[in-house]
Amino acid sequence: MMTMAESHRKSIRVDLQIIADMIEPGTRVLDVGCEDGTLLDYLVHFKQVDGRGIELSMEGVNACVSAGLSVIQGDADTDLATYPDDAFDYVVLSQTLQAMVAPRAVVENLVRIGRRAIVSFPNFAYWRVRSYLFFKGRMPVSRTLPHAWYETPNIHLCTIKDFVAMCEEMGITIEHSLSLNRGGRARGVQSSPLTANLFGQQAVFLLKR
Amino acid sequence: MNLRDESTFRQWDAETFPGHRVVLGHDKPLRLDCGVELHDFTIAYQTYGELNADKSNAIVVCHALTGDQFVADPHPVTGKPGWWEMMVGPGKPVDTNRFFVICSNILGGCMGTTGPKEINPDTGKPWGLGFPVITIADMVRAQAMLLDHLEIDELFAVVGGSLGGMQVLEWAASYPDRVFAAAPIATADHHSAQNIAFNEVGRQAIMADLDWCGGDYMSQDRWPNRGLAVARMVAHVTYLSETALQAKFGRRLQDREKITYGFDADFQVESYLRHQGSTFVERFDANSYLYITRAMDYFDLAEKHGGGSRAEVFRDTPVRFCVISFTSDWLYPTAESRRIVNALNAAAANVSFAEIEASFGHDSFLLNVPEFHRVFRGFLDGAAEHRGLPRANGGENGR
Repeated sequence: MMTMAESHRKSIRVDLQIIADMIEPGTRVLDVGCEDGTLLDYLVHFKQVDGRGIELSMEGVNACVSAGLSVIQGDADTDLATYPDDAFDYVVLSQTLQAMVAPRAVVENLVRIGRRAIVSFPNFAYWRVRSYLFFKGRMPVSRTLPHAWYETPNIHLCTIKDFVAMCEEMGITIEHSLSLNRGGRARGVQSSPLTANLFGQQAVFLLKR
Repeated sequence: MNLRDESTFRQWDAETFPGHRVVLGHDKPLRLDCGVELHDFTIAYQTYGELNADKSNAIVVCHALTGDQFVADPHPVTGKPGWWEMMVGPGKPVDTNRFFVICSNILGGCMGTTGPKEINPDTGKPWGLGFPVITIADMVRAQAMLLDHLEIDELFAVVGGSLGGMQVLEWAASYPDRVFAAAPIATADHHSAQNIAFNEVGRQAIMADLDWCGGDYMSQDRWPNRGLAVARMVAHVTYLSETALQAKFGRRLQDREKITYGFDADFQVESYLRHQGSTFVERFDANSYLYITRAMDYFDLAEKHGGGSRAEVFRDTPVRFCVISFTSDWLYPTAESRRIVNALNAAAANVSFAEIEASFGHDSFLLNVPEFHRVFRGFLDGAAEHRGLPRANGGENGR
């Protein structure tokens, strides 16, 4: 019989599940901005990874450490610099990039610390976001972007196209990329980037230096 | 200052205390950092819980400056509860239903382990200032000899706060293969100028007391209680926070309506500190205070183990760490813990780090801070799972 914790682990958010599916079992993983440790806990127990996390909020860190996860209180913008090159097989940055002060520097650190990096973010070119701005003339507020402009932590929003362009500039290889529509259905970005940029509510990228 | 009448003052006899005592270093002496070889020294220690069959469930608890081996049972002199009774016991975060807990009085201490107040076997007289200057590494080496004596090769965990946390760091740096998990709490990997400064004030207070007699007070039956009490008063302030002091005392007066235009303890905070000082001298030795504070000042982990580089200290360490600091601790502030964490990250070590919101200052690690206890319990449980030790089965405070 499954325990409560195990059945809870079985059903993680769809974008987290997509990230988890990209990770080989038994590897070393750093989850940057790991919140309450949902993904990390799943990876440790179902993929037997050697998992670590960084989280900014005290509540998040305390929840993780209390659950036996190896997580430190820290800021991705400043603390990634302390990690050595190739310390991890995967470094995950899930739904956090848009809140970074220097997202490009953070991505540079991700692919330096990890042999691979997995980055997910909300797509600002999603058609509903575009039409919200177009028709209402106000900064879009939605389920994936729930904050008003004056209190949002999301200071560096980007589109799928923006992110691809930055990776090209930085010489980063995109090994795999998926866009998720509102129902959580995933499709490849590379096969039709324009469609992905229009219909993807969020995106998940697997990167390699 | 309302201190005990000196003509009737006698120090306690640690040989009458409960717990274990063992004489070590008879065949192979302990070589101290200062170069002296210490032979036939005593370690006084307490144990709680049972050692399992494969000896994999032992936890060493390291005590702080004025702590002792009585972690979880009453202090034999004061009768007060053990100093970490909230943390160590059946069903507590350091669960004695599952773990075998060892806590020894540190080298240089005054609760039964060899220190300046004990008899020098070579002279038959108290060591006094003849006792060699010891370091934290010496304290840890002595503990390792105790484990050899107990035939325990690997510890499941080493935990402790403040000076105890420094010992934890030294354990992990000196014996990485003997430590599975390490929790340095409210501590630093070196003493800052401010830390040294406060210790120096304490030492000067002791040495300025005429009854200190150049450290030879025991053989003259004089006791530098005033100096030791002042040292404690200063140190006690550093263990609290401005918020905690203000909340507890403010400017409230002690048993009086008005100020008296004198130097009596008009304010509650004065009365409180005097009480702290006068009760401290009943249970602590002045020379021990000098030696232990000196060991803390000399502590510099990177200098000793990393050639000056923090990151080198823990290169390729197999130890799982949990570093914990408290928001209101200004003696060993979060920045010090963060330096340790950054060094562990640079070594790609397995580390957890939590800063706990608490208003009690440095003393938070000894007090009832449920969030701290929850985090600490989680770390130990997680580490136990990785070590293949049994899970908690719901003790009195079990989750």
